[in-house]
Amino acid sequence: MTEEKIKLSTQNLNLWFGNKHVLKNINAAFAENKVTALIGPSGCGKSTLLRSFNRMHDLTPDARIEGKLFLESLDLYDKNISVTQVRKRIGMVFQKANPFPKSIYDNINYGLKINDIPQGDRKGIVENALKESYLWEEVKDELNKPATRLSGGQQQRLCIARTVALRPEIILMDEPCSALDPISTLKIEDLIHSLKDKYTIVIVTHNMQQAQRVSDKTIFMYLGDIIEEADTAELFNNPQKELTQNYISGHFG
Amino acid sequence: MISKKTGAFLGWFVLLLCTGTVCFFLGIILADLITKGWPALSWEFISSGPTEGMTTGGILPAIVGTVLTTVITAIFAVPFGVCCAIYLNEYAKDTSFSRLIRASIRNLSGVPSIIYGLFGLALFVQGLSLGTSVLSAGLTLGLLSLPYIITTTEEALRRVPASMREAALGLGATQFESIRDVVLPAALPGILTGVVLTLSRAAGETAPILFTGAAFYITGTSGALNQEFMALPYHLYMLSTQHQAIEQVRPLAYATALVLLIVIVLLNLTAFYIRYKHRNND
Ligand SMILES: Nc1ncnc2c1ncn2[C@@H]1O[C@H](COP(=O)(O)OP(=O)(O)O)[C@@H](O)[C@H]1O
Ligand SMILES: [Mg+2]
Repeated sequence: MTEEKIKLSTQNLNLWFGNKHVLKNINAAFAENKVTALIGPSGCGKSTLLRSFNRMHDLTPDARIEGKLFLESLDLYDKNISVTQVRKRIGMVFQKANPFPKSIYDNINYGLKINDIPQGDRKGIVENALKESYLWEEVKDELNKPATRLSGGQQQRLCIARTVALRPEIILMDEPCSALDPISTLKIEDLIHSLKDKYTIVIVTHNMQQAQRVSDKTIFMYLGDIIEEADTAELFNNPQKELTQNYISGHFG
Repeated sequence: MISKKTGAFLGWFVLLLCTGTVCFFLGIILADLITKGWPALSWEFISSGPTEGMTTGGILPAIVGTVLTTVITAIFAVPFGVCCAIYLNEYAKDTSFSRLIRASIRNLSGVPSIIYGLFGLALFVQGLSLGTSVLSAGLTLGLLSLPYIITTTEEALRRVPASMREAALGLGATQFESIRDVVLPAALPGILTGVVLTLSRAAGETAPILFTGAAFYITGTSGALNQEFMALPYHLYMLSTQHQAIEQVRPLAYATALVLLIVIVLLNLTAFYIRYKHRNND
Protein backbone atom coordinates (compact mmCIF):
# COMPACT_ATOMS: atom_id res chain seq x y z
CA MET A 1 0.00 0.00 0.00
CA THR A 2 2.47 2.59 1.14
CA GLU A 3 5.21 1.71 -1.30
CA GLU A 4 3.14 2.07 -4.48
CA LYS A 5 4.64 4.29 -7.08
CA ILE A 6 2.70 7.22 -8.50
CA LYS A 7 2.75 7.08 -12.28
CA LEU A 8 0.44 9.89 -13.25
CA SER A 9 -0.65 12.90 -11.28
CA THR A 10 -2.20 16.35 -11.43
CA GLN A 11 -1.45 19.40 -9.33
CA ASN A 12 -4.10 22.09 -8.92
CA LEU A 13 -5.45 21.32 -12.37
CA ASN A 14 -8.08 23.73 -13.64
CA LEU A 15 -9.63 23.58 -17.08
CA TRP A 16 -12.03 25.90 -18.83
CA PHE A 17 -13.90 25.59 -22.10
CA GLY A 18 -14.44 29.25 -22.96
CA ASN A 19 -15.62 30.60 -19.63
CA LYS A 20 -17.10 27.32 -18.48
CA HIS A 21 -15.06 26.00 -15.56
CA VAL A 22 -15.02 22.24 -16.16
CA LEU A 23 -12.21 20.93 -13.93
CA LYS A 24 -11.85 22.64 -10.57
CA ASN A 25 -8.56 22.39 -8.82
CA ILE A 26 -8.04 18.68 -9.35
CA ASN A 27 -5.30 16.94 -7.38
CA ALA A 28 -5.26 13.32 -8.38
CA ALA A 29 -2.69 10.55 -8.39
CA PHE A 30 -2.70 7.28 -10.26
CA ALA A 31 -0.63 4.37 -9.01
CA GLU A 32 1.59 2.27 -11.26
CA ASN A 33 0.21 -1.04 -12.49
CA LYS A 34 -3.17 -0.36 -10.98
CA VAL A 35 -6.52 0.18 -12.58
CA THR A 36 -8.14 3.40 -11.45
CA ALA A 37 -11.80 4.00 -12.23
CA LEU A 38 -13.20 7.48 -12.74
CA ILE A 39 -16.88 7.57 -11.91
CA GLY A 40 -19.42 10.36 -11.64
CA PRO A 41 -22.56 11.66 -13.28
CA SER A 42 -22.55 12.55 -16.94
CA GLY A 43 -20.96 15.92 -17.65
CA CYS A 44 -18.91 16.04 -14.44
CA GLY A 45 -15.62 16.20 -16.36
CA LYS A 46 -14.37 12.60 -16.42
CA SER A 47 -13.56 12.57 -20.12
CA THR A 48 -12.11 16.06 -19.91
CA LEU A 49 -9.75 14.98 -17.13
CA LEU A 50 -8.76 11.84 -19.02
CA ARG A 51 -8.08 13.73 -22.23
CA SER A 52 -5.95 16.32 -20.49
CA PHE A 53 -3.33 13.63 -19.80
CA ASN A 54 -2.64 12.85 -23.45
CA ARG A 55 -3.17 16.49 -24.39
CA MET A 56 -6.19 15.90 -26.55
CA HIS A 57 -7.36 19.41 -25.71
CA ASP A 58 -4.41 20.91 -27.58
CA LEU A 59 -6.55 21.20 -30.69
CA THR A 60 -9.58 22.67 -28.95
CA PRO A 61 -8.96 26.41 -29.32
CA ASP A 62 -11.20 27.51 -26.45
CA ALA A 63 -9.78 25.03 -23.91
CA ARG A 64 -7.57 26.68 -21.28
CA ILE A 65 -5.53 24.72 -18.77
CA GLU A 66 -3.90 25.87 -15.55
CA GLY A 67 -1.94 23.77 -13.09
CA LYS A 68 0.37 20.86 -13.73
CA LEU A 69 0.14 17.30 -14.99
CA PHE A 70 2.95 14.83 -14.50
CA LEU A 71 3.99 11.50 -15.94
CA GLU A 72 6.24 10.45 -13.06
CA SER A 73 8.33 13.61 -12.84
CA LEU A 74 7.86 14.70 -16.45
CA ASP A 75 5.78 17.85 -16.85
CA LEU A 76 3.37 16.83 -19.62
CA TYR A 77 2.74 20.40 -20.70
CA ASP A 78 6.37 21.48 -20.69
CA LYS A 79 7.10 23.59 -23.77
CA ASN A 80 10.12 21.47 -24.64
CA ILE A 81 8.51 18.05 -24.83
CA SER A 82 6.82 16.76 -27.91
CA VAL A 83 3.12 16.04 -27.75
CA THR A 84 3.52 13.04 -30.04
CA GLN A 85 5.96 11.48 -27.53
CA VAL A 86 3.45 12.12 -24.76
CA ARG A 87 0.75 10.36 -26.74
CA LYS A 88 3.01 7.44 -27.51
CA ARG A 89 3.66 6.96 -23.80
CA ILE A 90 0.05 7.61 -22.80
CA GLY A 91 -2.25 5.64 -25.08
CA MET A 92 -5.98 6.12 -25.33
CA VAL A 93 -8.98 3.94 -26.08
CA PHE A 94 -12.08 5.90 -26.98
CA GLN A 95 -15.72 5.56 -26.05
CA LYS A 96 -16.79 4.49 -29.50
CA ALA A 97 -14.46 2.04 -31.22
CA ASN A 98 -12.74 4.01 -33.96
CA PRO A 99 -10.69 1.64 -36.11
CA PHE A 100 -9.23 3.18 -39.25
CA PRO A 101 -10.94 2.20 -42.50
CA LYS A 102 -7.96 -0.07 -43.21
CA SER A 103 -7.25 -3.75 -42.75
CA ILE A 104 -6.93 -5.30 -39.31
CA TYR A 105 -3.19 -5.61 -39.82
CA ASP A 106 -2.76 -2.02 -40.99
CA ASN A 107 -4.75 -0.68 -38.07
CA ILE A 108 -2.00 -1.86 -35.75
CA ASN A 109 0.82 -1.38 -38.20
CA TYR A 110 -0.04 2.30 -38.67
CA GLY A 111 1.02 3.32 -35.18
CA LEU A 112 4.26 1.37 -35.59
CA LYS A 113 4.95 3.08 -38.88
CA ILE A 114 4.50 6.64 -37.68
CA ASN A 115 6.56 5.90 -34.58
CA ASP A 116 9.43 4.65 -36.75
CA ILE A 117 9.47 1.12 -35.47
CA PRO A 118 11.79 -0.88 -37.76
CA GLN A 119 9.95 -2.64 -40.58
CA GLY A 120 11.37 -6.03 -39.63
CA ASP A 121 9.93 -5.91 -36.12
CA ARG A 122 6.43 -4.88 -37.06
CA LYS A 123 4.92 -8.22 -37.99
CA GLY A 124 5.86 -9.77 -34.68
CA ILE A 125 4.60 -6.76 -32.75
CA VAL A 126 1.24 -6.86 -34.54
CA GLU A 127 0.82 -10.53 -33.72
CA ASN A 128 1.82 -9.98 -30.15
CA ALA A 129 -0.53 -7.04 -29.68
CA LEU A 130 -3.42 -9.07 -31.08
CA LYS A 131 -2.60 -11.91 -28.70
CA GLU A 132 -2.34 -9.54 -25.76
CA SER A 133 -5.76 -8.18 -26.68
CA TYR A 134 -7.40 -11.61 -26.93
CA LEU A 135 -8.15 -11.04 -30.58
CA TRP A 136 -5.54 -13.21 -32.29
CA GLU A 137 -7.52 -16.45 -32.36
CA GLU A 138 -10.50 -14.70 -33.92
CA VAL A 139 -8.67 -12.82 -36.66
CA LYS A 140 -5.37 -14.59 -37.35
CA ASP A 141 -6.61 -15.95 -40.69
CA GLU A 142 -8.06 -12.69 -41.95
CA LEU A 143 -5.59 -9.98 -41.06
CA ASN A 144 -6.25 -8.31 -44.39
CA LYS A 145 -9.97 -7.99 -43.81
CA PRO A 146 -11.23 -4.40 -43.34
CA ALA A 147 -11.39 -3.67 -39.62
CA THR A 148 -14.81 -2.12 -40.08
CA ARG A 149 -16.25 -5.60 -40.75
CA LEU A 150 -15.43 -6.75 -37.21
CA SER A 151 -18.11 -6.75 -34.53
CA GLY A 152 -18.25 -3.80 -32.14
CA GLY A 153 -16.50 -5.72 -29.37
CA GLN A 154 -13.79 -6.96 -31.72
CA GLN A 155 -13.28 -3.44 -33.01
CA GLN A 156 -12.79 -2.15 -29.49
CA ARG A 157 -10.28 -4.91 -28.74
CA LEU A 158 -8.51 -4.01 -31.97
CA CYS A 159 -8.31 -0.41 -30.74
CA ILE A 160 -6.78 -1.70 -27.52
CA ALA A 161 -4.35 -3.85 -29.53
CA ARG A 162 -3.39 -0.81 -31.60
CA THR A 163 -2.65 1.05 -28.39
CA VAL A 164 -0.68 -1.68 -26.60
CA ALA A 165 1.38 -2.32 -29.73
CA LEU A 166 3.19 0.93 -28.98
CA ARG A 167 4.07 -0.26 -25.47
CA PRO A 168 2.68 2.81 -23.71
CA GLU A 169 3.13 3.23 -19.99
CA ILE A 170 -0.41 4.36 -19.42
CA ILE A 171 -3.65 3.37 -21.11
CA LEU A 172 -6.54 5.80 -20.80
CA MET A 173 -9.96 4.27 -21.49
CA ASP A 174 -13.03 6.44 -21.89
CA GLU A 175 -16.12 4.29 -21.31
CA PRO A 176 -14.68 1.59 -23.57
CA CYS A 177 -17.67 -0.71 -23.14
CA SER A 178 -20.53 1.76 -23.27
CA ALA A 179 -21.50 0.72 -26.79
CA LEU A 180 -20.98 -3.02 -26.29
CA ASP A 181 -23.14 -5.99 -25.39
CA PRO A 182 -22.60 -7.76 -22.04
CA ILE A 183 -20.48 -10.58 -23.47
CA SER A 184 -18.11 -8.24 -25.31
CA THR A 185 -17.99 -6.13 -22.17
CA LEU A 186 -16.86 -9.11 -20.08
CA LYS A 187 -14.16 -9.92 -22.61
CA ILE A 188 -12.80 -6.39 -22.39
CA GLU A 189 -12.90 -6.51 -18.60
CA ASP A 190 -10.89 -9.76 -18.67
CA LEU A 191 -8.48 -8.04 -20.97
CA ILE A 192 -8.11 -5.10 -18.60
CA HIS A 193 -7.25 -7.53 -15.79
CA SER A 194 -4.50 -9.11 -17.83
CA LEU A 195 -3.13 -5.75 -18.99
CA LYS A 196 -2.57 -4.23 -15.61
CA ASP A 197 0.61 -6.22 -14.98
CA LYS A 198 2.25 -4.20 -17.69
CA TYR A 199 0.34 -0.96 -17.83
CA THR A 200 -1.15 1.67 -15.61
CA ILE A 201 -4.81 2.00 -16.57
CA VAL A 202 -7.28 4.80 -16.00
CA ILE A 203 -10.82 3.89 -17.00
CA VAL A 204 -13.89 6.10 -17.11
CA THR A 205 -17.05 4.13 -16.56
CA HIS A 206 -20.66 4.91 -15.77
CA ASN A 207 -21.24 1.32 -14.74
CA MET A 208 -20.83 0.80 -10.98
CA GLN A 209 -20.53 -2.98 -11.30
CA GLN A 210 -17.82 -2.56 -13.89
CA ALA A 211 -15.88 -0.16 -11.69
CA GLN A 212 -15.98 -2.72 -8.91
CA ARG A 213 -15.04 -5.61 -11.18
CA VAL A 214 -12.05 -4.03 -12.88
CA SER A 215 -10.55 -1.35 -10.70
CA ASP A 216 -8.24 -1.22 -7.70
CA LYS A 217 -8.92 2.41 -6.96
CA THR A 218 -11.89 4.61 -7.65
CA ILE A 219 -12.21 8.35 -7.93
CA PHE A 220 -15.66 9.87 -7.68
CA MET A 221 -16.12 13.20 -9.44
CA TYR A 222 -18.99 15.62 -9.27
CA LEU A 223 -19.36 18.90 -11.20
CA GLY A 224 -15.65 19.18 -11.88
CA ASP A 225 -14.52 18.34 -8.36
CA ILE A 226 -13.05 15.18 -6.92
CA ILE A 227 -15.42 14.31 -4.09
CA GLU A 228 -13.84 11.12 -2.87
CA GLU A 229 -11.08 8.72 -3.80
CA ALA A 230 -10.19 5.42 -2.21
CA ASP A 231 -9.51 1.76 -2.82
CA THR A 232 -12.44 0.52 -4.83
CA ALA A 233 -13.80 -1.89 -2.23
CA GLU A 234 -13.49 0.79 0.40
CA LEU A 235 -15.25 3.44 -1.65
CA PHE A 236 -18.15 1.23 -2.57
CA ASN A 237 -18.61 -0.44 0.81
CA ASN A 238 -17.90 2.44 3.03
CA PRO A 239 -18.25 5.79 1.27
CA GLN A 240 -17.27 8.72 3.45
CA LYS A 241 -19.38 11.36 1.73
CA GLU A 242 -23.11 11.48 1.38
CA LEU A 243 -22.83 12.51 -2.28
CA THR A 244 -20.77 9.40 -3.03
CA GLN A 245 -23.24 7.25 -1.13
CA ASN A 246 -26.12 8.70 -3.14
CA TYR A 247 -24.36 8.27 -6.46
CA ILE A 248 -23.19 4.68 -6.02
CA SER A 249 -26.56 3.61 -4.74
CA GLY A 250 -28.08 5.00 -7.91
CA HIS A 251 -30.00 7.96 -6.54
CA PHE A 252 -28.77 10.14 -9.40
CA GLY A 253 -26.46 9.88 -12.34
CA MET B 1 -60.68 21.70 -43.43
CA ILE B 2 -59.26 18.80 -45.33
CA SER B 3 -58.73 15.48 -43.68
CA LYS B 4 -55.28 14.21 -42.69
CA LYS B 5 -55.51 11.58 -45.38
CA THR B 6 -56.38 14.03 -48.14
CA GLY B 7 -53.58 16.31 -46.96
CA ALA B 8 -51.08 13.50 -47.14
CA PHE B 9 -52.30 12.59 -50.61
CA LEU B 10 -52.12 16.19 -51.81
CA GLY B 11 -48.59 16.58 -50.47
CA TRP B 12 -47.46 13.41 -52.19
CA PHE B 13 -49.19 14.44 -55.39
CA VAL B 14 -47.61 17.91 -55.54
CA LEU B 15 -44.13 16.44 -55.01
CA LEU B 16 -44.77 13.84 -57.69
CA LEU B 17 -46.07 16.50 -60.05
CA CYS B 18 -42.94 18.63 -59.66
CA THR B 19 -40.64 15.66 -60.16
CA GLY B 20 -42.67 14.58 -63.18
CA THR B 21 -42.50 18.05 -64.73
CA VAL B 22 -38.75 18.23 -64.33
CA CYS B 23 -38.29 14.78 -65.81
CA PHE B 24 -40.65 15.65 -68.65
CA PHE B 25 -38.62 18.67 -69.76
CA LEU B 26 -35.32 16.86 -69.30
CA GLY B 27 -36.72 14.07 -71.41
CA ILE B 28 -37.82 16.46 -74.16
CA ILE B 29 -34.40 18.10 -74.29
CA LEU B 30 -32.66 14.74 -74.44
CA ALA B 31 -35.02 13.32 -77.06
CA ASP B 32 -34.66 16.44 -79.20
CA LEU B 33 -30.86 16.30 -78.98
CA ILE B 34 -30.67 12.64 -79.78
CA THR B 35 -33.14 12.57 -82.67
CA LYS B 36 -31.58 15.59 -84.34
CA GLY B 37 -27.95 14.94 -83.46
CA TRP B 38 -27.71 11.20 -83.89
CA PRO B 39 -28.01 11.10 -87.73
CA ALA B 40 -25.02 13.45 -88.12
CA LEU B 41 -22.93 11.53 -85.64
CA SER B 42 -20.38 9.22 -87.18
CA TRP B 43 -16.83 8.02 -86.67
CA GLU B 44 -15.75 10.56 -89.24
CA PHE B 45 -17.52 13.34 -87.32
CA ILE B 46 -15.43 12.78 -84.20
CA SER B 47 -12.18 11.87 -85.95
CA SER B 48 -11.69 14.64 -88.49
CA GLY B 49 -11.60 18.41 -88.67
CA PRO B 50 -14.23 20.68 -90.18
CA THR B 51 -14.17 21.23 -93.94
CA GLU B 52 -15.87 23.48 -96.47
CA GLY B 53 -16.35 26.39 -94.07
CA MET B 54 -17.65 23.99 -91.40
CA THR B 55 -20.58 22.84 -93.45
CA THR B 56 -19.12 19.35 -93.57
CA GLY B 57 -16.45 17.38 -91.76
CA GLY B 58 -16.06 16.77 -88.06
CA ILE B 59 -15.19 18.32 -84.73
CA LEU B 60 -11.96 16.59 -83.73
CA PRO B 61 -10.10 19.87 -83.03
CA ALA B 62 -12.93 20.97 -80.74
CA ILE B 63 -12.83 17.68 -78.82
CA VAL B 64 -9.05 17.88 -78.46
CA GLY B 65 -9.28 21.54 -77.41
CA THR B 66 -11.90 20.87 -74.76
CA VAL B 67 -10.00 17.89 -73.36
CA LEU B 68 -6.74 19.85 -73.27
CA THR B 69 -8.21 22.89 -71.52
CA THR B 70 -9.93 20.64 -69.01
CA VAL B 71 -6.64 18.91 -68.26
CA ILE B 72 -4.95 22.31 -67.70
CA THR B 73 -7.86 23.31 -65.50
CA ALA B 74 -7.46 20.14 -63.43
CA ILE B 75 -3.69 20.46 -63.08
CA PHE B 76 -4.09 24.01 -61.85
CA ALA B 77 -7.29 23.97 -59.82
CA VAL B 78 -7.24 20.55 -58.13
CA PRO B 79 -3.99 20.82 -56.14
CA PHE B 80 -4.58 24.44 -55.20
CA GLY B 81 -8.23 23.92 -54.34
CA VAL B 82 -7.69 20.76 -52.31
CA CYS B 83 -4.74 22.22 -50.38
CA CYS B 84 -6.64 25.41 -49.69
CA ALA B 85 -9.63 23.42 -48.39
CA ILE B 86 -7.38 21.32 -46.17
CA TYR B 87 -5.83 24.43 -44.71
CA LEU B 88 -9.18 26.10 -44.12
CA ASN B 89 -10.83 23.07 -42.62
CA GLU B 90 -8.00 21.51 -40.63
CA TYR B 91 -5.63 24.29 -39.66
CA ALA B 92 -7.28 27.71 -39.85
CA LYS B 93 -8.65 28.90 -36.52
CA ASP B 94 -12.30 29.83 -36.47
CA THR B 95 -11.94 33.62 -36.42
CA SER B 96 -14.01 36.32 -38.06
CA PHE B 97 -11.22 36.64 -40.63
CA SER B 98 -11.34 32.97 -41.61
CA ARG B 99 -15.12 33.14 -41.74
CA LEU B 100 -14.84 36.11 -44.07
CA ILE B 101 -12.48 34.17 -46.33
CA ARG B 102 -14.86 31.24 -46.38
CA ALA B 103 -17.84 33.42 -47.20
CA SER B 104 -15.87 35.11 -49.98
CA ILE B 105 -14.97 31.78 -51.53
CA ARG B 106 -18.58 30.74 -51.42
CA ASN B 107 -19.63 34.00 -53.04
CA LEU B 108 -17.05 33.54 -55.77
CA SER B 109 -18.95 30.49 -56.96
CA GLY B 110 -21.86 32.80 -57.64
CA VAL B 111 -19.90 35.19 -59.85
CA PRO B 112 -21.08 35.02 -63.50
CA SER B 113 -18.63 33.11 -65.64
CA ILE B 114 -18.26 35.96 -68.15
CA ILE B 115 -16.56 37.93 -65.40
CA TYR B 116 -13.99 35.17 -65.04
CA GLY B 117 -13.53 35.44 -68.78
CA LEU B 118 -12.74 39.15 -68.56
CA PHE B 119 -10.52 38.60 -65.56
CA GLY B 120 -8.64 35.84 -67.40
CA LEU B 121 -8.19 38.17 -70.35
CA ALA B 122 -6.70 40.85 -68.13
CA LEU B 123 -4.56 38.54 -66.01
CA PHE B 124 -3.38 35.66 -68.18
CA VAL B 125 -3.74 36.86 -71.76
CA GLN B 126 -2.44 40.39 -71.22
CA GLY B 127 -0.94 40.63 -67.73
CA LEU B 128 1.15 37.48 -67.91
CA SER B 129 1.43 37.71 -71.70
CA LEU B 130 0.26 34.15 -72.23
CA GLY B 131 -1.75 35.31 -75.22
CA THR B 132 -5.04 33.81 -76.29
CA SER B 133 -4.17 30.17 -75.81
CA VAL B 134 -5.09 26.80 -74.35
CA LEU B 135 -3.04 27.74 -71.31
CA SER B 136 -4.83 31.05 -70.68
CA ALA B 137 -8.25 29.45 -71.15
CA GLY B 138 -7.39 26.47 -68.95
CA LEU B 139 -6.12 28.74 -66.18
CA THR B 140 -9.23 30.91 -66.44
CA LEU B 141 -11.45 27.86 -66.14
CA GLY B 142 -9.24 26.84 -63.23
CA LEU B 143 -10.05 30.08 -61.43
CA LEU B 144 -13.72 29.48 -62.07
CA SER B 145 -13.43 25.94 -60.68
CA LEU B 146 -11.44 26.79 -57.54
CA PRO B 147 -14.34 27.90 -55.35
CA TYR B 148 -16.33 24.77 -56.20
CA ILE B 149 -13.40 22.48 -55.53
CA ILE B 150 -12.63 24.22 -52.25
CA THR B 151 -16.23 24.08 -51.11
CA THR B 152 -16.84 20.44 -52.02
CA THR B 153 -13.49 19.37 -50.56
CA GLU B 154 -14.21 21.19 -47.32
CA GLU B 155 -17.59 19.47 -47.24
CA ALA B 156 -15.93 16.07 -47.69
CA LEU B 157 -13.33 16.80 -44.98
CA ARG B 158 -16.00 17.93 -42.58
CA ARG B 159 -17.79 14.61 -42.98
CA VAL B 160 -14.76 12.69 -41.66
CA PRO B 161 -15.66 12.10 -38.01
CA ALA B 162 -13.50 13.70 -35.31
CA SER B 163 -13.00 10.22 -33.85
CA MET B 164 -10.88 9.28 -36.88
CA ARG B 165 -8.56 12.22 -36.30
CA GLU B 166 -8.38 11.44 -32.60
CA ALA B 167 -7.53 7.81 -33.31
CA ALA B 168 -4.46 8.85 -35.27
CA LEU B 169 -3.42 11.62 -32.89
CA GLY B 170 -3.86 9.28 -29.94
CA LEU B 171 -1.23 6.97 -31.44
CA GLY B 172 1.30 9.75 -31.63
CA ALA B 173 0.63 10.94 -35.16
CA THR B 174 1.29 14.60 -35.87
CA GLN B 175 -1.62 16.62 -37.16
CA PHE B 176 -0.10 16.47 -40.62
CA GLU B 177 0.23 12.68 -40.46
CA SER B 178 -3.35 12.30 -39.31
CA ILE B 179 -4.54 14.40 -42.24
CA ARG B 180 -2.33 12.66 -44.79
CA ASP B 181 -2.93 9.09 -43.64
CA VAL B 182 -6.44 9.11 -42.24
CA VAL B 183 -8.50 12.18 -43.04
CA LEU B 184 -7.63 12.51 -46.72
CA PRO B 185 -8.11 8.83 -47.61
CA ALA B 186 -11.47 8.88 -45.87
CA ALA B 187 -12.53 12.06 -47.66
CA LEU B 188 -11.11 11.03 -51.03
CA PRO B 189 -14.32 9.71 -52.64
CA GLY B 190 -16.15 12.92 -51.74
CA ILE B 191 -13.26 15.05 -52.97
CA LEU B 192 -12.99 13.19 -56.26
CA THR B 193 -16.71 13.39 -56.84
CA GLY B 194 -16.60 17.15 -56.32
CA VAL B 195 -13.58 17.46 -58.59
CA VAL B 196 -15.13 15.50 -61.43
CA LEU B 197 -18.44 17.35 -61.25
CA THR B 198 -16.62 20.68 -61.20
CA LEU B 199 -14.45 19.74 -64.17
CA SER B 200 -17.45 18.56 -66.16
CA ARG B 201 -19.03 21.92 -65.50
CA ALA B 202 -15.87 23.71 -66.58
CA ALA B 203 -15.71 21.64 -69.77
CA GLY B 204 -19.12 22.96 -70.78
CA GLU B 205 -18.38 26.65 -70.13
CA THR B 206 -18.24 29.10 -73.03
CA ALA B 207 -17.92 32.57 -71.54
CA PRO B 208 -14.56 32.14 -69.77
CA ILE B 209 -12.83 30.85 -72.91
CA LEU B 210 -14.44 33.38 -75.23
CA PHE B 211 -11.73 36.03 -74.79
CA THR B 212 -8.95 33.81 -73.57
CA GLY B 213 -8.23 31.42 -76.40
CA ALA B 214 -11.19 29.76 -78.08
CA ALA B 215 -11.14 30.17 -81.84
CA PHE B 216 -13.90 29.80 -84.37
CA TYR B 217 -11.81 27.77 -86.72
CA ILE B 218 -8.31 26.35 -86.71
CA THR B 219 -6.79 23.68 -88.85
CA GLY B 220 -5.04 20.72 -87.38
CA THR B 221 -4.87 19.55 -83.80
CA SER B 222 -1.36 20.39 -82.78
CA GLY B 223 -2.13 20.32 -79.07
CA ALA B 224 0.27 23.22 -78.48
CA LEU B 225 -0.57 25.00 -75.25
CA ASN B 226 0.37 28.46 -76.50
CA GLN B 227 -2.01 28.31 -79.48
CA GLU B 228 -5.64 29.19 -79.88
CA PHE B 229 -7.94 26.21 -79.93
CA MET B 230 -11.43 25.07 -80.79
CA ALA B 231 -13.71 23.97 -77.97
CA LEU B 232 -16.98 22.06 -78.01
CA PRO B 233 -19.20 24.59 -76.21
CA TYR B 234 -17.84 27.50 -78.23
CA HIS B 235 -18.10 25.57 -81.48
CA LEU B 236 -21.71 24.83 -80.63
CA TYR B 237 -22.39 28.47 -79.92
CA MET B 238 -20.86 29.46 -83.24
CA LEU B 239 -22.69 26.85 -85.27
CA SER B 240 -26.02 27.70 -83.77
CA THR B 241 -25.85 31.51 -83.83
CA GLN B 242 -22.96 32.90 -85.84
CA HIS B 243 -22.58 30.73 -88.89
CA GLN B 244 -23.50 32.16 -92.30
CA ALA B 245 -25.35 28.97 -93.29
CA ILE B 246 -27.15 28.28 -90.06
CA GLU B 247 -29.86 26.03 -91.47
CA GLN B 248 -27.31 23.92 -93.27
CA VAL B 249 -25.11 23.32 -90.23
CA ARG B 250 -27.96 22.72 -87.81
CA PRO B 251 -27.53 18.92 -87.78
CA LEU B 252 -23.81 19.42 -87.06
CA ALA B 253 -24.70 21.72 -84.17
CA TYR B 254 -26.98 19.08 -82.70
CA ALA B 255 -24.35 16.41 -83.12
CA THR B 256 -21.79 18.67 -81.42
CA ALA B 257 -24.18 19.20 -78.51
CA LEU B 258 -24.63 15.46 -78.27
CA VAL B 259 -20.86 14.88 -78.20
CA LEU B 260 -20.46 17.53 -75.47
CA LEU B 261 -23.22 15.87 -73.49
CA ILE B 262 -21.56 12.46 -73.90
CA VAL B 263 -18.21 13.84 -72.71
CA ILE B 264 -19.88 15.26 -69.61
CA VAL B 265 -21.89 12.11 -68.96
CA LEU B 266 -18.65 10.12 -69.18
CA LEU B 267 -17.02 12.41 -66.61
CA ASN B 268 -20.03 12.05 -64.34
CA LEU B 269 -19.98 8.28 -64.73
CA THR B 270 -16.39 8.40 -63.49
CA ALA B 271 -17.57 10.17 -60.35
CA PHE B 272 -20.33 7.61 -59.96
CA TYR B 273 -17.86 4.76 -60.39
CA ILE B 274 -15.50 6.20 -57.77
CA ARG B 275 -18.28 6.37 -55.20
CA TYR B 276 -19.56 2.91 -56.10
CA LYS B 277 -16.12 1.39 -55.83
CA HIS B 278 -15.49 3.06 -52.50
CA ARG B 279 -18.79 1.84 -51.07
CA ASN B 280 -17.84 -1.72 -51.97
CA ASN B 281 -14.45 -1.38 -50.34
CA ASP B 282 -15.84 -0.49 -46.91
N1 LIG C 1 -14.98 20.71 -26.52
C1 LIG C 1 -15.81 21.20 -25.56
N2 LIG C 1 -16.22 22.49 -25.63
C2 LIG C 1 -17.03 23.00 -24.69
N3 LIG C 1 -17.51 22.32 -23.65
C3 LIG C 1 -17.16 21.03 -23.52
C4 LIG C 1 -16.29 20.40 -24.47
N4 LIG C 1 -16.11 19.11 -24.10
C5 LIG C 1 -16.83 18.95 -22.97
N5 LIG C 1 -17.46 20.09 -22.60
C6 LIG C 1 -18.28 20.29 -21.41
O1 LIG C 1 -17.51 19.97 -20.28
C7 LIG C 1 -18.27 19.29 -19.32
C8 LIG C 1 -17.60 17.98 -18.97
O2 LIG C 1 -17.69 17.12 -20.08
P1 LIG C 1 -17.09 15.65 -20.06
O3 LIG C 1 -15.72 15.69 -19.53
O4 LIG C 1 -17.28 15.10 -21.41
O5 LIG C 1 -18.05 14.92 -19.03
P2 LIG C 1 -18.17 13.37 -18.69
O6 LIG C 1 -17.17 12.63 -19.51
O7 LIG C 1 -17.93 13.29 -17.24
O8 LIG C 1 -19.56 12.99 -19.03
C9 LIG C 1 -19.65 19.12 -19.90
O9 LIG C 1 -20.48 20.11 -19.35
C10 LIG C 1 -19.45 19.34 -21.36
O10 LIG C 1 -20.59 19.92 -21.93
MG1 LIG D 1 -17.43 11.26 -21.10
